[in-house]
Amino acid sequence: MIPGVSLIEILTVSTLMFFIGVYGFLTRKNLITILMSLELMLNGAAINFVAFNKYLYPGQPNGQLFALFLIAVAACEVALAIAIVINLYRKIKAVDVEQVNTLKH
Amino acid sequence: MNWDDLLLMRHELQLLAVILIVTCAEIYLSGRDKSRIIPLSLALFGIHMAAGWLWPVEGELFGGMYRTNGLIHLMKSILDVGVFIVILQAGGWARKQLAPENRVSEFFLLIWSSLLGMYYMVSAGDLLMVFLGLELSTLPVAALAAYEVLKMRSAEAGIKFILTAGLASAVTLMGISLLYGSTGTFVLADLGKQMQGNSLEALGFIFFFAGVAFKISLVPFHFWTPDVYEGAPVSVAAYLSVISKGAAVFILMILLMGFAPLLTDLWVNVLYLLAILTMTIGNLFALRQRNLKRLLAYSAVAQAGFIMLGFMSSQQDGKASIIYFMLVYLFSNLAAFGVVQTIEMHTGKEDIGDYEGLYRTNPRLSLVMLLALFSLAGIPPLAGFFGKFFLFMTVASAGYYLLLTIAVINTVISLYYYLLIVRAMFLRKSDNPLPLVTSDGWMRAGLVICVAGIVALGVASGVYDAIYALCAHL
Repeated sequence: MIPGVSLIEILTVSTLMFFIGVYGFLTRKNLITILMSLELMLNGAAINFVAFNKYLYPGQPNGQLFALFLIAVAACEVALAIAIVINLYRKIKAVDVEQVNTLKH
Repeated sequence: MNWDDLLLMRHELQLLAVILIVTCAEIYLSGRDKSRIIPLSLALFGIHMAAGWLWPVEGELFGGMYRTNGLIHLMKSILDVGVFIVILQAGGWARKQLAPENRVSEFFLLIWSSLLGMYYMVSAGDLLMVFLGLELSTLPVAALAAYEVLKMRSAEAGIKFILTAGLASAVTLMGISLLYGSTGTFVLADLGKQMQGNSLEALGFIFFFAGVAFKISLVPFHFWTPDVYEGAPVSVAAYLSVISKGAAVFILMILLMGFAPLLTDLWVNVLYLLAILTMTIGNLFALRQRNLKRLLAYSAVAQAGFIMLGFMSSQQDGKASIIYFMLVYLFSNLAAFGVVQTIEMHTGKEDIGDYEGLYRTNPRLSLVMLLALFSLAGIPPLAGFFGKFFLFMTVASAGYYLLLTIAVINTVISLYYYLLIVRAMFLRKSDNPLPLVTSDGWMRAGLVICVAGIVALGVASGVYDAIYALCAHL
């Protein structure tokens, strides 16, 4: 609980983060930037968990626990994604999604 | 907690033991002997599958985070059978392609890790467990899709899959956080009780549903499906189309029918719309495909639409028809992918045009393909007919006649493109048909199991009755 800050304000920040992430994910061409957008979305959700837990259900720490698991899983996901991006980079010498287009229709 | 309680997790512990044994074999076997890992893995998993069918148990562990009962036991056993057939069919490919590069055991370990995630997902009694299971079942598949590291299209399939999976899991998490904000709990049983049916819960539920729909490849979330199926190794595509989809259908069934009664009106309407969209768009896009893997991918999308029909009734018949259809679909689709894999491995061809005159040179493979396609289309007396029949019965008894009509029209459309392949194989003559392809023993065994399943499930009515009885309590 942060004194002087209401739950609505925190939720506004987390929702903004989430949708900025969605926007970046859909519009960016660089694979690394897309992964950063993904991180923004995941962190927006993590803030939601902690904020709900602190403000509405302060009795038990289950929301914070979920946020911890989320951070760990997000790290695994990004590590794997980076590995696949590097594999791709070795083939096309670029990290641009526009060039990843051999499979279509 | 004592040892008897741990036996509730028998499926998971067995699979973990198999994973550890194969990991040790990978460490201790020297380079030349590594191809022995293939028969070892198949044998161990066969034992695990056989032992898994025995003694269904019922109970809860870890304060309700993990739960199991007869129906969940059946779901896990069905997934086991599917994975067993997939790795049987992959045996020859692993020996030919992976053994020289020393990458055999990772293939099996990744598939099994993903299966382990599905076990925990299906057994989850808590949204945290659902989320962890979902991630554990998705991430290894991304690595598998990019498994042929030397091929550009495999790398492309991997990157497309991991990015869409990441987006789906982020959206799911947002949904879970909104559900948590409204109810203050993750435990599924409490969640059902504490829901008030307000719009925050509805939004959270739709976000959560989007993540699961991605795995089932329902229509607005299906864009990854054809690309990943085409680029990934064939056995990985088979795994995605049957096992991964099956597990997601099962967890959706458990969540919707068991724990979200207050939102019933909402999800019935959502699924009504998605079923129509998925069937129609999947079928229409399948019509214009020339590549067989892409065609099967769109056919898998369309079949997902048919599966959604079973959700129209949350009674016993809805559940039973979904599980029965999944079982039938498993055998039919794996048979089709098995034939595609055999042809692709030996000749590198995967277009419909290449299959012209296949019956002349490879009569047995063509017959297996014929049975698989007829079963997918739903032609009696094969099992696929009864699978679809029970789904249609469910829709009819729930009173959705418009949906039923659209579904029947879609069955006819799907028959067209399935028969297109049959025509190429049997009726067309080709100047240079594919040469005679001899499949290896493992692939043959896998195909025989599939054909036996397709034929036997259509004849044996006891199977549906047994599933129906198990569905009495979810």
